[in-house]
Amino acid sequence: MKKRQLVIVGNGMVGHRYVEELVDKGGLTQYEVTIFCAEPRVAYDRVHLSSYFSHHTAEDLSLVKQGYYEKHGIKVLINEAVKAIDPVTRTVQSNQGRTLTYDALVLATGSYPWVPNITGSGHHDCYVYRTIEDLDAIQRAAKTAKSGAVIGGGLLGLEAAGALKALGLQTHVIEFAPMLMAEQLDRAGGELLRRRIEAMGVTVHTSKNTREILHHKGKQGAHRLEFADGTSLEVDVIVFSTGVRPQDTLARYCGLPVAERGGIAIDDHCLTNAPDVYAIGECAAWQGRFFGLVAPGYKMAQIAVAHLLGEADAAFTGADMSAKLKLLGVSVGSIGDAHGRTAGSHSYVYLDDANGVYKKIVVDADNSRLLGAVLVGDTEDYGNLLQMKLNAMPLPAHPDSLILPAYAGAKPALGVDALPDTAQICSCFDVSKGRIAEAVAKGCHTVAAIKAETKAGTGCGGCVPLLTQVLHAELAKQGVEVNNHLCEHFAHSRQELFHLIRVGGLKTFSEVLQKHGQGYGCEVCKPAIGSILASCWGDFVLQDEHLPLQDTNDIFLGNMQKDGTYSVIPRMPGGEVTPTALAALAKVAADYKLYTKVTGAQRIGLFGARKDDLPTIWARLIDAGFETGHAYAKALRMVKTCVGSTWCRYGVQDSVGLGVELEHRYKGIRSPHKMKFGVSGCTRECAEAQGKDVGIIATDKGWNLYVCGNGGMKPRHADLLAADLDKDTLVRLIDRFLMFYLRTADKLQRTASWLDNMEGGLDYLKSVVVEDKLSLAAELEAQMADIRATYVCEWTATVQDSAKQTRFAHFINSPKTDPLVQFVPERSQHRPATIDERVPQCCGCKEHV
Amino acid sequence: MMNWTTVCKLQDIVPGTGVCALVGDNQVAIFRPNSSEQVYAIDNIDPFFQASVLSRGLIVEHQGKLWVASPLKKQRFGLSDGVCMENIDHSVRSYPARVHQGQVEVAY
Repeated sequence: MKKRQLVIVGNGMVGHRYVEELVDKGGLTQYEVTIFCAEPRVAYDRVHLSSYFSHHTAEDLSLVKQGYYEKHGIKVLINEAVKAIDPVTRTVQSNQGRTLTYDALVLATGSYPWVPNITGSGHHDCYVYRTIEDLDAIQRAAKTAKSGAVIGGGLLGLEAAGALKALGLQTHVIEFAPMLMAEQLDRAGGELLRRRIEAMGVTVHTSKNTREILHHKGKQGAHRLEFADGTSLEVDVIVFSTGVRPQDTLARYCGLPVAERGGIAIDDHCLTNAPDVYAIGECAAWQGRFFGLVAPGYKMAQIAVAHLLGEADAAFTGADMSAKLKLLGVSVGSIGDAHGRTAGSHSYVYLDDANGVYKKIVVDADNSRLLGAVLVGDTEDYGNLLQMKLNAMPLPAHPDSLILPAYAGAKPALGVDALPDTAQICSCFDVSKGRIAEAVAKGCHTVAAIKAETKAGTGCGGCVPLLTQVLHAELAKQGVEVNNHLCEHFAHSRQELFHLIRVGGLKTFSEVLQKHGQGYGCEVCKPAIGSILASCWGDFVLQDEHLPLQDTNDIFLGNMQKDGTYSVIPRMPGGEVTPTALAALAKVAADYKLYTKVTGAQRIGLFGARKDDLPTIWARLIDAGFETGHAYAKALRMVKTCVGSTWCRYGVQDSVGLGVELEHRYKGIRSPHKMKFGVSGCTRECAEAQGKDVGIIATDKGWNLYVCGNGGMKPRHADLLAADLDKDTLVRLIDRFLMFYLRTADKLQRTASWLDNMEGGLDYLKSVVVEDKLSLAAELEAQMADIRATYVCEWTATVQDSAKQTRFAHFINSPKTDPLVQFVPERSQHRPATIDERVPQCCGCKEHV
Repeated sequence: MMNWTTVCKLQDIVPGTGVCALVGDNQVAIFRPNSSEQVYAIDNIDPFFQASVLSRGLIVEHQGKLWVASPLKKQRFGLSDGVCMENIDHSVRSYPARVHQGQVEVAY
């Protein structure tokens, strides 16, 4: 069957979400899709546009995964705009002379920045703030400018002001209204925001009506803003942020009806009055109004796709205009009726002037429902409050308890049982309580599983507390007990087992199983208990009684690769290696034909080592002065260092020296998961220490200690545990921190998620490790000393003991090697042969290497 | 009549672990779950990767049965029947195995 033609005009955030929705719902089986994208690049994140100036590139902001459109056979016409639509012949015409016929057409042309008609506003030094091109232009202008003004003190205006400030300009914000963000905030909230922004060096001018812009070089700047009150201001760069208007020109030109205040008129299905022509996002007007936020646009995209694919009753029913964002570093949130305009409503206010925090909630006349909220300086309550408002949840007896600080006592739990199944829990991905209940019934019994199944909680994350409550309520209904048992063989958490093993003096898996478990054991409990035993007693992990507990990586002391060979990664503490050692390593790699690569951990990995070659390879490396790098173990992998003050002209401390010392101090200690450290010699942070489990950054006065950072799958910025430490204190704190992690973390839990799940969070961790509230510090330090004393290089012990080497032979009854290990050349080295590339019936001779 | 091949001494296998043996042209994984004379034999080749690694997996117990968890992606294979818990289409061959006069023997 020939596919129907779907043409999408516009590839902004909403236009792209429409495509994702269509792909997810299987719409590509019926439709062939062509997208017109007038901008020179595919959809990107306009909400976080400002981050382009701080640390992001255009690629970082892109919303389209590399190859996404190609993979789905979707045609994207970049730099090509539609200039005419003919609803009668069902054709569109582009500015490149292309004519396409459509069966369905979607207009997602977005909005454009509106610039008021002020004399002089057309000058080339007047910018708007909408696209990456706008930002590039502002950035160029800023290079020769000293000062800048943003006209408009709304949400986007403050974003733009943040950008000017980041570009190093003396920044002014000019607002017509008497306060900032008049749309979203009340007077007191706006006033506090103003104070915090001014404290950062941005000058705020309110009640200022800009009448004219004069372009001649003055003393303070190249342009002069003339205000209606007779005052003036000179600046070099001017950015207009005076609101957006729907981009509906195309529709007007083609005779589609538009709303009085702009926007292509749409019905509840997002259809315009032309057959099969939809309009979504900021270009559309529903019931006469348009929505200048991304979330309503996403909702429209979802409705329009559902309707296109035959869900006749899919309907847009309006949208919530609540918002949470960070402006110039200040968190701001606004929910529902922020101004308390509902008849009979009243409000509760919390103000902390010293710390710049303002919170207000607006509730209805009988104190039963939340109507709105304003949050400035602290938006932690935003997620919960939004859910209460959206789902019309009953308020607790004292509604003010919802916005009091944590030390005022635990916040009242929301009554999730009272919520209907239709209640929206995640507003980013429109996931209802019913959908989450379904996922729980299907077997998703953790927050992580629900996130993966439903996407709920993976947008802004504000709904995670509520999501967790729904999960627990549903599990309780099903009679499922929520537990953190290690596995079916042990009805204890890892933390409990650590304690039981230590206190009971248990030294082997069979003792632990006999006393505290049942059955034989499995792939979860065996390595976990193996690791605890190693953390507690420091016994050599390859003693016969511990052998059955170890994953193959620990048994053969290398990481198993996809073809059954292993990697060989000797330790290079702090990334240091001598030329002589490097030459010895190169010789071993050449002799054994090992693929060689610098790893992500500042050391060199040799890959493709046959199991039977491992002992001789390591014997030679140990002769050359190397030791094992524990790249295979749940243990400290390495300490990444920058060059530091010894060589670097910026460094303030010897980061390499400290890194080497720490790597030797903690090497080999088995932990719940792998650990990575980093040490930077100055605040430039070249060692990326804040992405490590333990990160140390040199200061003029000593060292700052950061903990629980993570790169990888779920990056987490490390938290500052203590600042300006001398080396002895630093090392003592790390001892305590590590031992506390070893004792209390869950199985396979990195420090990042350990802290994220810790009740009391960073403050609690500080109180234990730094302030010693539990009087545990001395014990933790002593335990660490004990465990450090047991260190042996596992490879040295293995190559010295011929009995331990027998297990490295591939066959127990033959000297032959594994015939399935075969390589093919690639980029002057080699890689494992794919299954198709293997030479069949190879008998195990070494010729095929 | 079973055709038993002697592979190794029982004491060559550390209790709780496995070894790989060449039996005819086949790579066979032999497991000794505990210190008794109970041994099992299945194909050594992980069918998901076509790599000879199953003997290097952890011996585990689920559903009252013993399995080996592949060291590559942790799929479980029944020690007595080679059945793959995650995907029965990826099950592997099992072989009769026994200990006779201290020697491990496999039939094929």
